[in-house]
Amino acid sequence: MSGSSTQNSRRRLITGGLAAVAGATGLGVAARLAKKYGLVPPDGGGIYGPGETLNYMTQRVLARHSKAREFSKNQISKPPFANEIAKPSDEFKRLQAGGFADWRLTIDGLVERPGTFSVAQLRSYPSRGHITELACEEGWSYIAEWNGVPLSHVLDVVGVKPQAKFVVYISMEPNTWDSIDIDEAQHPQTLIAYGMNDKDLPVAHGGPLRMRVPRQLGYKNVKFINHLTVTDDIKKFGKGQGSVASEFGYKWFAGI
Amino acid sequence: MSEAKSTAMPASSAIAGSISSAICNPRPRHSLLVRITHWLSAMCFLALLVTGAEIVISHPRFYWGETGNVNTPVLFKIPVPSSRNLVPTGYGYTLPDQNGWSRALHFQAAWLVVLTGLFYVLSGIFSGYFRRELLPQKGERSLGALLATLKSHLKFARPGVADAHSYNLLQKLSYLFVLFVAFPLVIWSGLAMSPMWDAAFPATVNLLGGRQSARTIHFFVSVFLLVFLLVHVLMVWFAGFWSRTIAMITGRIR
Repeated sequence: MSGSSTQNSRRRLITGGLAAVAGATGLGVAARLAKKYGLVPPDGGGIYGPGETLNYMTQRVLARHSKAREFSKNQISKPPFANEIAKPSDEFKRLQAGGFADWRLTIDGLVERPGTFSVAQLRSYPSRGHITELACEEGWSYIAEWNGVPLSHVLDVVGVKPQAKFVVYISMEPNTWDSIDIDEAQHPQTLIAYGMNDKDLPVAHGGPLRMRVPRQLGYKNVKFINHLTVTDDIKKFGKGQGSVASEFGYKWFAGI
Repeated sequence: MSEAKSTAMPASSAIAGSISSAICNPRPRHSLLVRITHWLSAMCFLALLVTGAEIVISHPRFYWGETGNVNTPVLFKIPVPSSRNLVPTGYGYTLPDQNGWSRALHFQAAWLVVLTGLFYVLSGIFSGYFRRELLPQKGERSLGALLATLKSHLKFARPGVADAHSYNLLQKLSYLFVLFVAFPLVIWSGLAMSPMWDAAFPATVNLLGGRQSARTIHFFVSVFLLVFLLVHVLMVWFAGFWSRTIAMITGRIR
């Protein structure tokens, strides 16, 4: 009996050791592969880096081409909940008084044909609408119909260079910007939204232009966007964490 | 007896043999794997509990169905102040926003506890640990046995010396329920709140009755797990806090 128990403990010692070595090697290999295939988020460092990297990696593997759930017209929330927005600046009020006719969306960075686009120009492109849920990280949610031009279409118009990895979107609200990876930017449901529930996008919901990323939480859906930059190096922006949200402790990847 | 045998063995087993003979009981009360996974899970659970409560106060209202917000009727509210000023709580002040790190720690602890749990469950199945320690034995599979264990618990009868080496029936049933019902449900309802996960696996949220239902279920299972933790610690206290706790740290019963 004691013989089998010492044999057992020796076997356990050996398998335990082998498992530890295999585990450490596996982690090392996984980390290198993750870096190579762009599975590490911009804020994948620090104490919460491992969890964040696992979140992002898992969605890239499982949900790269998945579509957000779409709902029927009778499921639209009435009225949709409008979250707080900053006090509009004088410049914003001027543009609003003019019906946003002078609102411009500038697109630059790694594109063949950088340019500026008016809301009317964006409206002239093929539009796409979807009835999807906007869910806030706080817990609340609502369903609305969003209309806009697919971001992928606009990226085709300006001609994205092949080395592009992220699209950075910047709001007219001071110090408000975020970014998504190029797959999320090319996703058919990702819109530059200008309409909501058959009307122009209300200012309370980010009108005239709002980024609509239905597979991620509310805070990725930045309001009042007037500038897009395509880049291969997200570290150049802000504090290098991929979004301004990190300055409030929030993570770049908001698919969870 | 084991010492006499160990002299005839190679050096490494002799060391292992003398260690086990020093313990007097060759098989520890809790294996190293059980002890490590126990404390990792305990640590993660506390992190999940604190951060979960923190996230709840940013919207201490619960709903049923797909959507819910301050414009829609609630299923129930928790009467606490909120960390968001758009939530009507009746309190005249707003708490500071701590959701950023709370969310990050919540997910990191979730990953760690899920991977730990997976490892524990797989090894528990393949090593026969569950069959041996957690599955009710032949004599326990009767209403009489259940009533007897309930009766002794209700009488707050102190466990005997022999009880330190095995789990009683009520203990086995509650551990099995937590392991195979509550944990899977809390993981499932948690994942169902991820919009990206729902895009990949829409049935997971639809089966629960929608996003807000998933959130409400997640909340209730968490409350159940908190009650389990409190009762668990109370029972440990009752059975002898230090002897049980040391057994879960060193594996030995003193």
